[in-house]
Amino acid sequence: MPHTNQASLNAAIIAAGDPSSRILVGFDTNATWAKLIAGSILADHPGDLTGKSVLIATRDQFRAAAALIELDGIARRIVLFPPDVPREQLRYVAQTADADLLVTDDPETASADHGVGRVVLCGKSIRPVDSDRSPRVETEWILLTSGTTGHPKLAVHTLASLAGSAMHRSPASASIVWSTFYDMRRYGGMHIFLHAALTGTSLVISSAQESVADFFARAGAHGVTHISGTPSHWRRALMSPWANRIKPEYIRMSGEIVDQTILNQVKTQFPRAQIEHTFASTEAGVGFYVSDGLMGFPPEVLSRNPLVKMKIEDGTLKIRSMRAASRYLDADSPMLKDADGFVDTGDTVELRDGRYYFTGRRDGTINVGGFKVHPEEVEAVLNRHPQVVMSLVKAKKNPITGSLVVADVVLKPLPTASASTTIDGEILRFCRGHLAPHQVPAAINIVPTLAIGESGKLVRRHA
Amino acid sequence: MDIRSEVISQFTQVAEEQDKRLAPLTDDLPLLESGLDSLCFAIVVARLESSLGADPFSDDEDARFPVTFGDFIRFYENAAH
Repeated sequence: MPHTNQASLNAAIIAAGDPSSRILVGFDTNATWAKLIAGSILADHPGDLTGKSVLIATRDQFRAAAALIELDGIARRIVLFPPDVPREQLRYVAQTADADLLVTDDPETASADHGVGRVVLCGKSIRPVDSDRSPRVETEWILLTSGTTGHPKLAVHTLASLAGSAMHRSPASASIVWSTFYDMRRYGGMHIFLHAALTGTSLVISSAQESVADFFARAGAHGVTHISGTPSHWRRALMSPWANRIKPEYIRMSGEIVDQTILNQVKTQFPRAQIEHTFASTEAGVGFYVSDGLMGFPPEVLSRNPLVKMKIEDGTLKIRSMRAASRYLDADSPMLKDADGFVDTGDTVELRDGRYYFTGRRDGTINVGGFKVHPEEVEAVLNRHPQVVMSLVKAKKNPITGSLVVADVVLKPLPTASASTTIDGEILRFCRGHLAPHQVPAAINIVPTLAIGESGKLVRRHA
Repeated sequence: MDIRSEVISQFTQVAEEQDKRLAPLTDDLPLLESGLDSLCFAIVVARLESSLGADPFSDDEDARFPVTFGDFIRFYENAAH
């Protein structure tokens, strides 16, 4: 772990060497790491941010990266708000993180009241500044994960905990160019961002505003050699006629259960590439890598890394690691680790013929293309609709996103027969107003009743 | 059932529900330029499984993913035969 003793991201990038020849390639902006560590995206809004809690909620991830590099070691706390999380959660997140400042590139977000004292509307230009960047504090990095209560959970990391994963086997090489389909505000994207920053490679980051064709063109033009994403990202990539614009040597999948179909299909499209899949979570960090081209994992990967202790207990994977988050910031969230320091990932596994296979989530969480959906959260919204008595949200297996959300709904007696033909559309519109797109049920089944168990709770059958 | 018209109808309906602008559905249209995202495709595939009784994406581990709209229709037509 050569760099974890560096007290800030800024210093670690310098330590990785030659930052002026490595580039961070954004959708509409590029900058060398050297420019990023010496410049400021917040320079138009002077004010000492030492010891402050800063909520970064930009649409564009290049700007989030620039602000992160600028503020690590200066701010007390940096919260990275992913662009796919509904904006109505900003107030809760700001309050939970005790945010002093909101950084955004979106005028609409900047003009709304989120309960934060100061708001900075940043542009894309990075201005050279002459300020002291020596680290003053060990900044907390807050990553959001989905919660059951209708609010995201805020997992507390540091540069050291996140870099611990990123620096795992780091063949720094001038010829490597990384890219990822992930957004860096998500663990999978942060992992690649830090890996590139700390091992001295260029990095091409994606953008929600960009077509897949344009992304591949950009990635190809910059000579991307290493690229990561979820199985769903890769399924989308394989539907593109421009996937051949990249010539990757190394492909990584994570964030969802990897099936044999997607491993085979990626291998067919990119026969030259080494393909690995990894287990990682926002809370537990990176667990292990699997490189034999098969789904599931052999038991020996659990003991391969002495720094990451892993065990299967009660059918779920548990991990104790320096790479894990330390705690949740929000008081209502459960303990992140047990008394022995293990994070229960909640991912269930099954041993078949000497190999482990992931089977789903113990708590019934549905993984839709890498986004976790808690059924209870969706049910809470459905149940707020005036015509809904009760609802049960379930997973439906899907070859594109792994799973989809579907709902069984019990309705109140309808005033007129004609209303029943439009009610599911109306309920879906209601859901779209209150949930992120991947949380909205893909289908609503109107059912006469739902089974209630002896505990008085809905009967759930977890896959 | 006419597979082509069912596919067109699902593309159109899902685009409308998800508030996406659908490109004209010609056979050489790359799917990723149709205006639908992964979530939309997932919903289309789930609905076609209900209406056509076929899911060619899941049926063959080694099938190549369709790239154009025409490929997509043929993918389902082949599954039906």
